[in-house]
Amino acid sequence: MPKLDYDPGDFFDEYFGPGNEPRPHVEPLLQRIESLADGELLRRQRTAEAALHRMGITFTVYGDEGGTERIFPFDILPRIVKGSEWRRLEAGLRQRIQALNLFLQDIYSDRRIIKDGVVPEELVRSCKTYRPQCEGLRPPQGIWCHVTGTDLVRDKDGAMYVLEDNLRTPSGVSYVLENRQVLKRTFPYVFKALDVRPVDDYPTRLLETLTQIAPPGVENPTVVLLTPGIYNSAYFEHSFLAGQMGVYLVEGSDLIVRDGFVYMKTTMGPKRVDVVYRRIDDDFLDPLAFRQDSLLGVPGLMEAYRAGRVSLANAPGCGVADDKAVYAYAERIIKYYLAEDAILPNVPTFICAEEKDRDHTLANLDKLVVKSVNESGGYGMLIGPHSTKEQREEFAGKIAANPRNFIAQPTLSLSRVPCLVDGRLEGRHVDLRPYILSGRETYVLPGGLTRVALRKGSLVVNSSQGGGSKDTWVLFEDFPTGEVALPRFQEI
Amino acid sequence: MLSRVAESVFWMSRYIHRAEHTARLVDINLQLLLDLPGALADQWEPLVTITAEQDYFASRYGDATQRNVLEFLVFDNQYPSSIANSLRAARENARTVRDFISAEIWEQVNEFYHFVVSERAPVHAKEDPHGFFARVRNHGHLFSGLVDGTLEHGQGYHFIKLAEYLERADQTSRVLDVKYFLLLPGAEYVGTTLDDVQWAAVLKSASALESYRKRHHRIRPRDIAEYLLLDPDFPRSAAKCVADARGALHAITGNPLDRPRTEPEMVLGRLAADLKFGTIDEVFEVGLHEYIDRLQARLNESGAAVSRAFFQFRA
Repeated sequence: MPKLDYDPGDFFDEYFGPGNEPRPHVEPLLQRIESLADGELLRRQRTAEAALHRMGITFTVYGDEGGTERIFPFDILPRIVKGSEWRRLEAGLRQRIQALNLFLQDIYSDRRIIKDGVVPEELVRSCKTYRPQCEGLRPPQGIWCHVTGTDLVRDKDGAMYVLEDNLRTPSGVSYVLENRQVLKRTFPYVFKALDVRPVDDYPTRLLETLTQIAPPGVENPTVVLLTPGIYNSAYFEHSFLAGQMGVYLVEGSDLIVRDGFVYMKTTMGPKRVDVVYRRIDDDFLDPLAFRQDSLLGVPGLMEAYRAGRVSLANAPGCGVADDKAVYAYAERIIKYYLAEDAILPNVPTFICAEEKDRDHTLANLDKLVVKSVNESGGYGMLIGPHSTKEQREEFAGKIAANPRNFIAQPTLSLSRVPCLVDGRLEGRHVDLRPYILSGRETYVLPGGLTRVALRKGSLVVNSSQGGGSKDTWVLFEDFPTGEVALPRFQEI
Repeated sequence: MLSRVAESVFWMSRYIHRAEHTARLVDINLQLLLDLPGALADQWEPLVTITAEQDYFASRYGDATQRNVLEFLVFDNQYPSSIANSLRAARENARTVRDFISAEIWEQVNEFYHFVVSERAPVHAKEDPHGFFARVRNHGHLFSGLVDGTLEHGQGYHFIKLAEYLERADQTSRVLDVKYFLLLPGAEYVGTTLDDVQWAAVLKSASALESYRKRHHRIRPRDIAEYLLLDPDFPRSAAKCVADARGALHAITGNPLDRPRTEPEMVLGRLAADLKFGTIDEVFEVGLHEYIDRLQARLNESGAAVSRAFFQFRA
């Protein structure tokens, strides 16, 4: 058996352990790859890309003149997660989202956590994503955040950390489902042998969650997915999910509020809407309640929501719990509401609004990653070790001018997974975004989006910044039980 | 269904079929010209004339050569009804309703679009025009087949069919109009082989030659006009298309055919009656070209009535 020509380097590698020994749960895949004829792996990569192209799986890049649509780069070597590790991640995510939902309900009502001095009032009040319009509300089931996409990273020591909570309108789950479709065709026999947990029922689970939060008394709720429209970068996903759930995909202009209820405009006149899975930011949701210049939203939607005549997922105002400065308190928030220690740790975070942390940040700009608290998608970031002196000076100025807007974290050495680069295997840094649904129960999708920083040495995995994705295989067990049973004629 | 979605599937369908019909026109002209002698063998002007874009064409291209007209009708990015632009519009519409149409339909629209806008396409169209246009036509058929076979036959389906029938009625009338503008060497050629060849080409471009021959055997302009405008059974005749459009429309509203209640049902019903009970003598009394002009205006009016009734939501 020819040895793979691959160098894991001085990183935590998801495929190879100490001494460059293959990790046991990855071994069947590695054996299969080694048994392939020259060029076969590359051929499969091309086939997979062609399939994605045919399915039209694209995203839109803002500020890019040439062609608004691109295929999301995809690498065929899956990230594989052992059963036991996943069970721990799942418990940690469950715990975290439960605590954050309790936090949201508290912040918009009694504010016990502030009164008890666990989270400073100033911090919450200064959140740009805090919505006074939501004060005193209690959404159905007391759940604010129904769909979460938490970003996890593995550091050099092998430990997993929560990097970010995405509680507003997290995207990417459609890639998880489509990548799986493609990869099942790419490595059918390995897939079978490894006993991978399925992800295909996500749309059904999502619809269940949305149905559960319908306004009280509505028997067969009409659910819609509200999209900003085809020019939004995640439009493919909106239409994909609406199609998979069999619900209406609507734009703001398709909805109208009349007599306090929300209706959609149909060929046969107005039709009542009960649940809106909105993929529009709070700011643009309702020009009467939020930004007046929004053309994407529905005037009067917020009033109907406050009156309990329509449900919104996620609830407006969720952003306060994924503010990057509030994030720093997540472990304390879990402890406060659940009286448990956080199963998944945060990345240590310096809050520039606090003097001591700010001084430390300014003194260590060349070592830290500085993030703007309200930006996402990898925008507004300084990666210290890869930065120029000018960039650091620029950020020092920004931090001094508006400290509340920044946090800093140590630069993690993200774990790597082999990727097919120019026909060879090379390590690339990855993160992992699992998806969590919260309704009457909490459901964690066994899998998630593994995002890859495809540029050599890059740590930025966002699709808008040259990132790609991989399928994520969560195994039922730690060690695959079956042999890879290949057909007699190795046509596949 | 959502008004916006209904409008998008309607236009997706119209644009797909517009692209297909344009391909038919060009292809048939290519075939026709092979049979024409010398000076007459380069008649591309009529294809420009029926688009009513002569001024634009003259300013951008100058002479109506094969090369120019092909470029104009197939690839021009400023002429809204060029095949490439029709497909671009079809795809944009499809893109906004991907959750509604089947994945197969979307993939087909996508492939169709990429086939025509690919870098290879202009070379392909130049080196093997018949092959190229045959594939365009087949893409159109594939679209129709997938609509029939993969989409629930509910309202959205009927909007797609309605669009297809309206577009087809319009295009059949245009095909007939081409002959009006095609030149013969002189009046004495009317009724000669040359004239017959042209008329046969007209039938062919409407995929009507075989079925016409079975019905009428001989090529006679009067019979051909009657066949393409008034025949109740030929699927591309204006009468049949309008009758089918009416059926689709009533399937959308749920009203019985003899109980029209909405504006488009009235407009289309009147047009269907005129085509059903009109005679070819009346057509020629008005004049063929004139008659076709009026027919096209009434088809446009029908489309506008559909839009008012279903796409422009009134609270």
